[in-house]
Amino acid sequence: MTLDSAPAIVAVTLVTLATLTIGTWGLRFSRTTSDFYVASRSVRPGLNASAIGGEYLSAASFLGIAGLVFTSGAEMLWYPIGWTAGYLVLLTLVAAPLRRSGAYTLPDFAEERLASRGVRRLCSLLVVSIGWLYLLPQLQGAGLTLELVAGAPRWVGPVLVGTVVLVSVFSGGMRSITFVQAFQYWLKLTALLVPVGVLVAVWGSDGAPRANDLSQTWSLPMGTDGPAGLYATYSLIAATFLGTMGLPHVGVRFYTNPDGRAARRTTLVVLALLGVFYLLPPILGVLGRVYGARPASADTLVLELPRLMLSGWAGDVLTGLVCAGAFAAFLSTSSGLAIAVSGVLSQDVVVPLLRRRGSRYGGVAAFRIASLVAVIVPVAGALLTPSVGVARGVALAFALAAATFCPLLLLGIWSRRLTAYGAAAGLVTGLVTTGSAVVFTISGWRTDTWADVVLTQPALWAVPLSFAVMILVSLATAEHVPPHTTRLLVRLHTPEPTLEPAVAASTQR
Amino acid sequence: MTEPQRVRVTGPPRRRPAVRRVDVDEDTRLGEVYLGSLMRAQLSIALRTLAVLFLGVGSLPLLFWLAPGLVRTAPFGIPLPWLLLGVLVYPFLFLLGRWYLRGAERNEASYADLLRSDDEAP
Repeated sequence: MTLDSAPAIVAVTLVTLATLTIGTWGLRFSRTTSDFYVASRSVRPGLNASAIGGEYLSAASFLGIAGLVFTSGAEMLWYPIGWTAGYLVLLTLVAAPLRRSGAYTLPDFAEERLASRGVRRLCSLLVVSIGWLYLLPQLQGAGLTLELVAGAPRWVGPVLVGTVVLVSVFSGGMRSITFVQAFQYWLKLTALLVPVGVLVAVWGSDGAPRANDLSQTWSLPMGTDGPAGLYATYSLIAATFLGTMGLPHVGVRFYTNPDGRAARRTTLVVLALLGVFYLLPPILGVLGRVYGARPASADTLVLELPRLMLSGWAGDVLTGLVCAGAFAAFLSTSSGLAIAVSGVLSQDVVVPLLRRRGSRYGGVAAFRIASLVAVIVPVAGALLTPSVGVARGVALAFALAAATFCPLLLLGIWSRRLTAYGAAAGLVTGLVTTGSAVVFTISGWRTDTWADVVLTQPALWAVPLSFAVMILVSLATAEHVPPHTTRLLVRLHTPEPTLEPAVAASTQR
Repeated sequence: MTEPQRVRVTGPPRRRPAVRRVDVDEDTRLGEVYLGSLMRAQLSIALRTLAVLFLGVGSLPLLFWLAPGLVRTAPFGIPLPWLLLGVLVYPFLFLLGRWYLRGAERNEASYADLLRSDDEAP
């Protein structure tokens, strides 16, 4: 251990302690209220939106974007745009109905909507796949970060993040997670805002130099390699705009809103919070170009830039700050995903298995067993598979969500003709197409033809294909439309009856 | 010492429920008509919002593809792609979201009014 690594070690320790402390404090707070779930339904849109932002802004946002902008230029701005616009699509088509469905997870929604255990199991498989695929780059990013800033071996990061997540899940952190996540949004924003402010001031005092190679191609907002670049850009847009609604840790959060109306308002605040945050990473990417940074990998640019531009204690403090933000990003997103995956695993795998063996364990014990599996599998994966870069890795999870849960949610909410057969066929189509694309991308094998682009960015063809299969099979099995469809759709779209007018009228008397 | 003021506690008025959902909750023809009109209105405002999103943001790669010279324009010293994609897109998304939110809440308010007026009819 060298003196260089001191700021990072202090920062990582402080973030870990703060996370566990707020988790415990929030737990006490939630115990004093008569019923935790009543309390959670009164979470104000501001706090709830901070929590959503805290959970959503992962290592891909904190480290990935700046690195990608640094290496590839303006076309990479589509990542943060897509991650924000995905919430706009979610707001318009999904937010209020999903809250009103009362479903806590996507498999719950599927079973309620289609009255089919089979579709439910398929959705559970998808939640676990998407969750693990999303966890993988987070954990690999943690390994890379601790290796760079603290000189730790590559395996330390994934194991440390996995352990902290497990501790918070085991200690019942699920109840207090709203406070932890909200804290982590503001921590991440500060940890980027302060360095950006200082470094831009440094740049200004250096006479505002321009990058030598700020070339025209670097500013092109789509790929430079002909039609393939344009295809890749639109495919990324399709994956991120449509995939956000299908992420396991996004849907769960909507249940903490009091009603559908609040769900919409929360989503609008999320749009504002994400928009403010995403103004910052590209500035660091551009500064990296201007100062000729040579980071160890694209994902570490944010961590190396402060010391490149500032020497002495100022550089150390800013390095510590960005390390804290990065670690908060690993922890918040990983715990959100781990909880979502554990919930599904315990409900659909562990509890049935225990029951079949005649065990009396249930509930909490099952959830803990599930969370062990939910964390250990991706940690092992992170140690064994090569990294594809944190933002690109996350984009694959978005593509898988866009080709499976997006058609299910949109047709489930807006169409009366969806059948369980149609849903199953569409989900399998999306899983097979994007799943093989994921395997192809991670394998690292390339054909050096157009097929590479089509397979590493599958969303643009896979999403329409899933929609088409889901619609056509539903129409072909029209006699199997669930009989409760209209009644359920009424509940999804009808505003909750408000009591305020009645109360106001009676108090005036 | 003043006694706390007496508060009269009453339940919601029984004669006129705030929103009556019986017709809609059952699988009746009337329910289908009401639901259809609300769903159409909500879907319409959602699709209009997404159309604006697609025209305003989704068209940008194609625009720069067709007119690569635009990259050289730099209002306020910032090259146009960076200004549009790095800064202006976020207020645009927020304002679009706010516009949608207002429309959707208006639709729900008029739906509730529709049910209420229907309840008042003999």
